[in-house]
Amino acid sequence: MAAIELRRAAAVPVAPRLERRLGRLPLHLVIVVICALWLLPSVGLLVSSFRPPQLVATTGWWTAFHPPFEFTLQNYRQVLSTYNMGTSFVNSLLIAVPATVIPLLIAAYAAYAFAWMRFPGRQGLFLVVVGLLVVPLQTTFIPVLHLFVQLGLAGTFLGIWLAHTGYGLPLAIYLLRNFIGELPKDMFESALIDGAGHWTMFFRLVLPTSVAALASLAIFQFLWVWNDLLVALIYLGGQPSVAPVTVTISNLTNSLGQGWQLLTAAAFISMALPLAVFFGLQRYFASGLLAGSVKG
Amino acid sequence: MDRLWLAAAVVAGIPLLLVGYITLAEGAVSRLPGRGSGWIRPWLWLAPGLFFITVFLIYPTVGTLRLSFLGPDSTRPVGLANYVFVFTDKSMLVALRNNGLWLVLFTLLTVGLGLLVAVLTDRVRYEAAAKSLVFLPMAVSFTAASVIWKFMFDYRPPGTPQTGTLNAVLSLIPGFQPRAWLINPPLNNVFLIVAAVWVWTGFCMVILSAALKGIPSEVQEAARVDGATEWQLFWRITFPLLGSTVAVAITIMVVFALKTFDVVYVMTNGNYDTQNTAFAQYEQLFVNHDFGHAAAIGVVLLIAILPVLAFNLRRFQQQESTR
Amino acid sequence: MDFQRRWPSFGAMAACILVLAACGGGAAAPSTSPGAAAPGTSASAGAAGSPAASTAQRIGGSVSVIGSWGGSEQDSFMAMVQPFMDQTGVQVQYEGSRDLNSILSTRVQAGNPPDLAGLPGPGVMRQFGQSGKLVDLSNILDLNQMKAEYAPDWLTLGTVNGKLVGIFIKTALKSAVWYDPKNFTQVAGSTPKTWNDLMTVSNNIAAGGKAPWCIGLESAATSGWPGTDWISDIMMRSAGPDKYRQWYDGQLAWTSPEVKDAWQMWGQIVANPKMVYGGVQYVLTTSFGTAASPMFANPPGCYMDRQGNFITDFYTSNNPGVKAGTDFNFFPFPDINSQYGDVDQVAGDLFGMFKDTPQSRALIKYLVTPQAQAIWVKRGGALSPNKQVPAGDYPDQLSKELAQTVVNAKTPLFSAGDMMPDAMQKAFYKAVLSYVQNPAQMDSILAGLDQTRQSAYPKQS
Repeated sequence: MAAIELRRAAAVPVAPRLERRLGRLPLHLVIVVICALWLLPSVGLLVSSFRPPQLVATTGWWTAFHPPFEFTLQNYRQVLSTYNMGTSFVNSLLIAVPATVIPLLIAAYAAYAFAWMRFPGRQGLFLVVVGLLVVPLQTTFIPVLHLFVQLGLAGTFLGIWLAHTGYGLPLAIYLLRNFIGELPKDMFESALIDGAGHWTMFFRLVLPTSVAALASLAIFQFLWVWNDLLVALIYLGGQPSVAPVTVTISNLTNSLGQGWQLLTAAAFISMALPLAVFFGLQRYFASGLLAGSVKG
Repeated sequence: MDRLWLAAAVVAGIPLLLVGYITLAEGAVSRLPGRGSGWIRPWLWLAPGLFFITVFLIYPTVGTLRLSFLGPDSTRPVGLANYVFVFTDKSMLVALRNNGLWLVLFTLLTVGLGLLVAVLTDRVRYEAAAKSLVFLPMAVSFTAASVIWKFMFDYRPPGTPQTGTLNAVLSLIPGFQPRAWLINPPLNNVFLIVAAVWVWTGFCMVILSAALKGIPSEVQEAARVDGATEWQLFWRITFPLLGSTVAVAITIMVVFALKTFDVVYVMTNGNYDTQNTAFAQYEQLFVNHDFGHAAAIGVVLLIAILPVLAFNLRRFQQQESTR
Repeated sequence: MDFQRRWPSFGAMAACILVLAACGGGAAAPSTSPGAAAPGTSASAGAAGSPAASTAQRIGGSVSVIGSWGGSEQDSFMAMVQPFMDQTGVQVQYEGSRDLNSILSTRVQAGNPPDLAGLPGPGVMRQFGQSGKLVDLSNILDLNQMKAEYAPDWLTLGTVNGKLVGIFIKTALKSAVWYDPKNFTQVAGSTPKTWNDLMTVSNNIAAGGKAPWCIGLESAATSGWPGTDWISDIMMRSAGPDKYRQWYDGQLAWTSPEVKDAWQMWGQIVANPKMVYGGVQYVLTTSFGTAASPMFANPPGCYMDRQGNFITDFYTSNNPGVKAGTDFNFFPFPDINSQYGDVDQVAGDLFGMFKDTPQSRALIKYLVTPQAQAIWVKRGGALSPNKQVPAGDYPDQLSKELAQTVVNAKTPLFSAGDMMPDAMQKAFYKAVLSYVQNPAQMDSILAGLDQTRQSAYPKQS
């Protein structure tokens, strides 16, 4: 299926004319300003994570760049040596990877059916799925946990994979249905003429052409599951043997809020992996869906 | 060790299981006599998804609907009393007002800024870096966000060193008096929304950017050759082609505006008139233990989303008729 | 493509994976329990000499515990149960949560409670107790011994409908006013004994252009509680213990003159910008833990902080070099009506049992012993409700004094907010914040609280 890998035409090979450069100055300016604004809160956190807590409480983080330069690795040292931190990292991965993979494929099946198959009740059913996006998770906890207890799923990894799958599906189906629905009809028609069935069309046409959408969805779902605290506490419990990173981190502070300075370092430690995933998937975002398609 | 085996089995096994399922299903369907297969096939593709949605969302929602007509402990029917509460209680009215504010500001800012970043960064070489920075907040957990925004909005009395970034920056203006940003309604709501926009703009940016990459560049190049300005190009060519994804982004942001709860919980805990309906529901559920009130709020949220659904229906019908 | 032919293999694989995932996932949670019961752990010494531990049998298995303790508290609790685990082979699986209320109530409602739980407060304990979710401990604990070791009030506080359903593991003394002796004696002379003295001292300091008080009400999801403690301290001393109990039981209206007076008396301090450091904005936005840091500045920003004994930990960690006794000390919250002199506002951490298992029985029996509680006491930050914990186990003179006050308190009265049902408590917290922001609205705020009172308390049959 090399045909799909048509590249986009190289982006605007700019003639290096001064006029053009000056014209692009506002563009760079706007981007840089937005990026700076977006980065600012995180920089505050990052700098603070390397400062002694008494200083963080009494002076702004920017004063760290004036003498005396007082920095410390204490927060990181303490977080990394926290009891159970390593196990909970493994637990988080064990929760997040299946809880990302399962809904992704299931949603792709459903989205394909919604977008390219005709059946009675299709639009109505799809709207129900979208409408369920608005259901606040907390209203589902008691009935679902009740069910889990009866099925013996409470406190198991299988239980939490299923729960995250259920909660993640409406958004996944909605997003994918939109992307898959945008694919050109001709692509399917010519495949049909070649005698391809739905299986072939889905795995050989739809999946490869939806890589960007699947990659964005994967990163979102992964992040939500990775950062989830409440669903884990309800269905899995916070016992050390199963606790994900979020649970271990939230227990760094005591019931009166002491130890909050550790949260600064913990934030970066727990962000590291999802950001790596984002960078890893970056090239899929950039690759075009369908270049030179029939659409224009 | 057990765990590693489990992990390996799961990572390899689950996709195999799911692919296996659809292969089986397709195989079975194609063996059916002609007429049956057309009818049953879509349901086989939908089955796994519908199963999960039914168990985790529809089943509890039906329960919610029932509870909304019962009293606090779900034992006796109270008619519409819970709904009357939602629309008459003083604190609920404030929550509804705040939701209105969230709906407009949050949606406009996230989708608008997300689109801006997606379109602008598409034209520069450092696209990946710029997008990563805007995306970064998505990776910040709820616990970390509470600390981050504490550093941003912190207040110290005038005359003492400010520790909050916002007050410190504004103090550079002569005559500025530091302010406690989060305690004075209704403006404090705007600051909560700003925090939420900081997180969710990255989401809109990613999906809009993915759609943008799908627009064949020949279309734009052709328009450029025809002498269109970049501004015209955007509004006449790019934006219409992005239309359906913009609509998706708007829908999702409207939903999040309606159900956002963590930002409020973390930053003000619903004090100082910052509660929204999702937060009010959380309180009814876990503080007041009033299942009737909580359920009625949930149902009202479902009703509130109906116009958005209607909008989506029209759009999808359009999508299908034009392709 | 001939996928059809490969069906069987796919099907078999699918079944395999499903089973594997289910078993693997299921086994992961309790995996520690059977293993932990295995021999080999008994060698560790721990509290081998303590009678409670040495009489215990090896029963193995595990017990699940949920509590609000995290960080240093979690470490102390785990240290406290370590000897128990060593002796009995029972694995204590503790999970801490900052959002204990929602987790616990959801899990109890859904029929998935932990074996034991550190309860958020007596108010919540009463709600669980009244709905029959908590196990009666009077058949499990030796009541005669309990009565000998615990003051009667502590046992009464854990009793609902005649059943002992909650037992205190650790306590706090809240009727304390903290000051820096070096600075305070300069401006105030001796420590005040009555409310009038206190107001005179406060007014004098304020007249000198200084703020007498540091108050901070911010505390994340429970913002406002420090203010409810203020009102509790005033209320119990101005209206007396009986009215105080009626008030938290929902039998005395918020708009009654007694309650109103208490709010207004606090208002003389908190609503007067000259009386509090930083004014209203500081009071509302500053965490209770850091609010009093200006007390240790040079020159001091304020002179007094009314707060529970746990605040000393914040003083020493936020202000390096500050020492108990020389840099801070406390005087008891002064009397208001001399008739009600002997009252103390206290708080504490309760344990309740949701599931009656041999392991949870063993653990609760162990937790009430002086040997167990002494472990946390020695680590600092806890006052034991058990009279048998030797005074010498407290790490410093100040905590020894505080412990004496708690154990010997004639009329220990629990913080009113913690005694109220969740909904009332939360409304009380919110009302404190609204009042500080808008003292003129007091009447409507109190009327609003009365409205909550109508629905928050369980209907008496």
